[in-house]
Amino acid sequence: MKSFTILTGIAAPMDRANVDTDMIIPKQFLKSIKRTGFGKNLFDELRYLDEGKPDQECTGRPINPDFPLNFSRYQGATVLLARENFGCGSSREHAPWALDDYGFRCVIAPSFADIFYNNCFKNGLLPIVLNESMVDQLFKEMYAMEGYELTIDLARQIVKTPSGESFSFDVDEFRKHCLLNGLDDIGLTLEHADTIRAYEAKKRIDAPWLFDVVK
Amino acid sequence: MAKTLYDKLWDAHLVKESGDGSALIYIDRHIIHEVTSPQAFDGLRLAGRKPWRVDSILATPDHNVPTTQKERANGVKGIEDPVSLIQVQTLDDNCDEFGIVEYKINDSRQGIVHVIGPETGACLPGMTVVCGDSHTATNGALGALAHGIGTSEVEHVMATQCLVAKKMKNMLVKVEGKLGVGITPKDVVLAIIAKIGTAGGTGYAMEFGGQVFRDMSMEGRMTVCNMAIEAGARAGMVAVDQTTIDYVKGRTYAPKGDMWEKAVKNWREFVSDEAAHFDLIVELDGSQIKPQVSWGTSPEMVVAIDDRVPDPANESDPVKREGMIRALQYMGLKANQPIESIYVDRVFIGSCTNSRIEDIRAAAEVVKGKTKASSVKEAMVVPGSGAVKAQAEKEGLDKIFIAAGIEWREPGCSMCLAMNADKLGNGEHCASTSNRNFEGRQGYGGRTHLVSPAMAAAAAIAGHFVDVRNF
Repeated sequence: MKSFTILTGIAAPMDRANVDTDMIIPKQFLKSIKRTGFGKNLFDELRYLDEGKPDQECTGRPINPDFPLNFSRYQGATVLLARENFGCGSSREHAPWALDDYGFRCVIAPSFADIFYNNCFKNGLLPIVLNESMVDQLFKEMYAMEGYELTIDLARQIVKTPSGESFSFDVDEFRKHCLLNGLDDIGLTLEHADTIRAYEAKKRIDAPWLFDVVK
Repeated sequence: MAKTLYDKLWDAHLVKESGDGSALIYIDRHIIHEVTSPQAFDGLRLAGRKPWRVDSILATPDHNVPTTQKERANGVKGIEDPVSLIQVQTLDDNCDEFGIVEYKINDSRQGIVHVIGPETGACLPGMTVVCGDSHTATNGALGALAHGIGTSEVEHVMATQCLVAKKMKNMLVKVEGKLGVGITPKDVVLAIIAKIGTAGGTGYAMEFGGQVFRDMSMEGRMTVCNMAIEAGARAGMVAVDQTTIDYVKGRTYAPKGDMWEKAVKNWREFVSDEAAHFDLIVELDGSQIKPQVSWGTSPEMVVAIDDRVPDPANESDPVKREGMIRALQYMGLKANQPIESIYVDRVFIGSCTNSRIEDIRAAAEVVKGKTKASSVKEAMVVPGSGAVKAQAEKEGLDKIFIAAGIEWREPGCSMCLAMNADKLGNGEHCASTSNRNFEGRQGYGGRTHLVSPAMAAAAAIAGHFVDVRNF
C-alpha cells in the first residue's frame, strides 16, 4: 500500500448528504476483476449525461457541465469535501479504488459510513472526520476562492487552510501507523500466527462443529 | 458483569487485543461471491499465500448470474454478457485452484449468498460470519456476529482467518406489542430506518429485541437484520431462542447427534443478559406500524401506505431539504401526492431481503386467482436459492404467479442491483422487495419503491400502490 504523510492539494466539492457507494461507482463497473481503472467512472451518473457502459472509452462521452468535478477550477483536485454519511450502502471497495484512481488521496466529511471508512485505510486513502461547522466553513472558503488548497499532515493530525488556520482530527493509532508507513496489514497480522493457532486449537475442542464441515 | 449479545460474540472470538482498542477477531465462516473476491485472490497469489482454513469458506456466484432459464441452460458459458461471464468463470477458477467448496451456477444449492448461508447450516448461532457484501448482517438473525467487509478484508480473512476490528457500541432496537394483520418484517425494518435514519446505527452493533422479534419467524428476522446496514449498522442481530434452534436443526452443515446437544447448550448462551448495558436504546410500538412504501432515493425516505409524499417546505434542516427536493425530482413525484396514486411499471419480488420461502408464499397468497395489471410492463419473482425455488414449486406457488402473468425466474440477486440483464428502464417506477432505493441502483434512471412482498404483489395486480390490508 502507498503511504500517506503530508498532502497539499486542491479541494473539490461533493456537496450533498448520504452519498452512497452506488453513486460513487455504479454497479456495471464492478464486473471488472481488476483493482485499477475505475477513476474514469467515478460518480459516472452525475459526471456524464449518458449511461456508462463497462469497458467503454469515456473521452467522447457527453459531460454534465453542472457537475463540479467537471469545472476547470477543480481539475487535479486531491481532497474531496463531502457531507454527512459519505460512502453509505454497499461494501464495494471499488468506491475507494475509484476515488484513488481518479486522484483523490483524502476525503473530509462530518461523518462516514463504517465499511467505506474502513475500506479507505486499506488503500492509502485518508478519510477525515471534522465537525459539521468546520466542514461548512471549508465548503464556504473553497467556493469563495479558486485554487483553494488544503494541507493535510497525518503525523500531526491537522488540516490546514490557505489562511493558516488549522483543524485537528482523530485517527486510530494502528491505522495511522499503517498509513504513514504504507504497511500491508496481512503481514502484520501474520506476525501473530502462533496466537491465532493457539486460539484455533482451543476452539477445535470447545466447538468442534465449526470445523471440517464444509468440504 | 452483565453482557449484551454482541459483547458475548465479541469476547468469544477475541484472539488478541492491542492497547489502542484495535483487535484481531477470529472468523468462523467466510462466504464469497464473484464480485468482491477476484482482486483478493490476486492478492493472495501475488504474495504467495494460501487460504488459512479452506473449510471455513463457502462460495457461490449470485450478483451477475442471469435469471432466465434460456441463459441458465448452458451454465457459465450461457451467460450472454461477456464481462459477467469472465467474472463468474474467475470465481470458478479461483475456487478450483484453492480447493474451496463452491455451489456453481447451476448447482441445485446455488443462490444468493445470504440466503444459502443460513439455509444450509453453513452459518450457525454463535458464529462470526463475514462476506464481501454489506447485507451479510442477514446472518445475525441466527444470533451470530455477521457483517460485510471490503475486498482487502476478504483477502485478509482468507490469509489469516482473522479480521482487524474495533469493538462497536451496543444499540438495542426494541419493538414491543403485536403487529397488525398484513404487517410484515419488511414493514417493521422500514419503519425503524424511517425513525432513526440511514446513519442512525453508524458505529453500533444493532440488536433487535422485544415481543415483535420474539414472535417473528427466522425468515422474518433475516429480513430485519439484512437491512441493519440501511440504518448504518454493519451488524444486526437477534438473540438465540427456541425458534432459532428449531430452524437450524437438521440443516446440511448443522451438527448432529451428541454434537448437536453440545452445540445447543453453547448457543443458548448467546442472549443479552437482563442487566446488560446498551449505549443507545430505540423503542417502537409494533401495533402502530402500517405497510411501508419508500418514496425517495434513500431507505430512510419512507412513509405509510395511507400517507402522502412529504413536502420539503416542511423540513427545517437545509441539507435535508435539498436532499428531499433532489429526490422528488429524480423520482418524478410531487410533494403531498398520495402514495396510492403512484403507478408502477415493473415489480420485483426477490433479493437477499425478501426471497425466502415465506416471502414467496406471502406474495403468492395476494396474487392467487388474480391477474397482473396490463399497465405493468413486467413483474418477476426471483427465488433466493435453488432450495427455495424447489420448495415453492413443490407447493405449486410458481403456477400461481405464472397464471397471473408474473414471471418465475432462476435464483440470483437479479434486479436488486441490476448487474445482470434484469433492470429498470430510465424513469420507470418499480415496486421492489429489495433493500436500496438509491439513484440508478436498479437501472440507469430507475425509480425504486421499497415494499414488502405482499405489497409488491398487490401493486402488480392493481398497477399502483394499494394497502394490502384492504386488498
